[in-house]
Amino acid sequence: MNYLYAFLSGGAICLLAQILVDKTKLTPAKILVLYVCTGVFLGACGVYAPFVRFAGAGATVPLTGFGYTLFSGVKEAVETQGLTGCLTGGLTASSAGISAAIIFAALWALLFKSRDKNI
Amino acid sequence: MKALVFDKAYISCCAAVGGALEKRGPLGNMFDITAEDSYFGTGSWEQAESEMSRLSVNMLLKKASLAEKDIDVLLGGDLLNQCTATGFAANSLPVPYLGLYNACATAAEALLLGASLVSGGHAEKAVAAVSSHFCSSERQFRFPLEYGSQRPPYSQNTVTGAGAFLLERSGSVRVTRALIGKVTEKGVTDANNMGAAMAPAAAQTLTDFLELTGERMENYDAVVTGDLGREGSALLAKLLESGGVASADALDDCGLIVYGPECRGVNAGGSGCGCSACVLATYFWQKLCKKEIRRMLFVGTGALLSPRTVMQKQVIPCIAHLVELESI
Amino acid sequence: MDKNSYLKLASKREKTSPCLKNCLFAFLSGGAVCLLGQAMKDLYALLGAEEKTAYSLVAVTLVFAAGLCTGLGFYDKAARVCGAGLFVPITGFSNAVASPAIEARCEGAVTGVGSEIFKIAGPVIVYGNIASVIYGVIYYIYLCFAG
Repeated sequence: MNYLYAFLSGGAICLLAQILVDKTKLTPAKILVLYVCTGVFLGACGVYAPFVRFAGAGATVPLTGFGYTLFSGVKEAVETQGLTGCLTGGLTASSAGISAAIIFAALWALLFKSRDKNI
Repeated sequence: MKALVFDKAYISCCAAVGGALEKRGPLGNMFDITAEDSYFGTGSWEQAESEMSRLSVNMLLKKASLAEKDIDVLLGGDLLNQCTATGFAANSLPVPYLGLYNACATAAEALLLGASLVSGGHAEKAVAAVSSHFCSSERQFRFPLEYGSQRPPYSQNTVTGAGAFLLERSGSVRVTRALIGKVTEKGVTDANNMGAAMAPAAAQTLTDFLELTGERMENYDAVVTGDLGREGSALLAKLLESGGVASADALDDCGLIVYGPECRGVNAGGSGCGCSACVLATYFWQKLCKKEIRRMLFVGTGALLSPRTVMQKQVIPCIAHLVELESI
Repeated sequence: MDKNSYLKLASKREKTSPCLKNCLFAFLSGGAVCLLGQAMKDLYALLGAEEKTAYSLVAVTLVFAAGLCTGLGFYDKAARVCGAGLFVPITGFSNAVASPAIEARCEGAVTGVGSEIFKIAGPVIVYGNIASVIYGVIYYIYLCFAG
């Protein structure tokens, strides 16, 4: 059942973004920014945590999940460290994904060369 | 404003280089050189475009049995920042060089300037060379090539191609008249819909030319725009109609010819400096030589934008230059 | 023809994207990526990772896989069809970091790859961070009064 919920939730979040792409002139970059901020907002509203329990990876894998990670990191850090937690919490919690993206991207830049996508 | 009338200016030879996608298109076997390797044996997309431009000029010289020293001036340009593709190509030639930029209207611009220099007696032999490369243009104007993005169906595909023309005081195709276009816009800001942005410029230049010379659309076997694509071509027909110019069957567009009118896999058709240059140097050159087309108007269209002006949400100013050609 | 009527004419005939088809592909591909993520999470949990770590590992694995596909030239071709289904999941973030990096290698390790790497994904981190810091300040003030 977990798998079905993950599939449906993740799919629905992507579908919503696709509607924004096709029906508005919003660029993907703007939609992604909107999604991350929405994740933080929904986390703050207390909606996203139950959603993660329900949908699992269907909630954490889309970019709203990245926003939620930032949120939960800040929340925890503020509770333990006070005001400095605002600055340390978000990136600490999301560091695995960001660092992985940087390290691997540097590796890919060493290994691969860009290609003509028309062929 | 007045139309330029050339006493003696001819295109005597031309050469075209195309990429892999262009090779698979309907003009595939008309190119002088096509490459499966989009890098053209170089290490970067910018160098690839430059190499393509150099190949087209070298091919032209070979076809015309000329040496570099016979060329009085090379007029050319491309879409890259600071026109580096053509500049670097000129460095490896070396010939007297003038770099031009009018976006995708550069082919028409180079032809009309070359014809002016030749007709005015300032040059015996002038070469007009223009290029564009899909990959270097994507890099400069859109996204990295590997970035997964969807393009809207009204967007156009930059042609990987280079065209070179030799202008002399004698030859098989005469450049009779030309009109330098005025920069126009009708409020289009969407850089994905270049056709819609450029159509008003094409309409303006075309109507101005017909008015100035008293010619009619019916007097031409072909009236060809540079790269309006599916969107722009339809809008041009509407604009001409509303301006009282009967848009005859003669109207066609290089962006719709280069990949075929169905534009399979390229959304609304081809674009880029190389688009109009390649189509003129292959498809129309052959028709002019066979006298299937006796008189034609070649209207190069260009959108004078940069990625920055697009981000600043500025309107897209466009230009169209017209060249009248006659087969002799 | 004046500007307004021209713009109207242009946008009226503008061919629209095949929204239904795009949405279907976005739903299926986005769902599939999340399903894959869920399977990985369960696997990592089975191997003894606690929940939070398991989700981080899922993110790292997906980032790796998407980057590899980007380098091999599959990702952009699939994304042409799948659209949001491949740019909304964390795989899209990975693609947005890897693609400018691969392309910038011609300009060198520092001036090219180093400076271009966050060209597309940068705004996500910038605004995500700003939003979370704003939340943190509000939460801190709330805690001061509530506590």
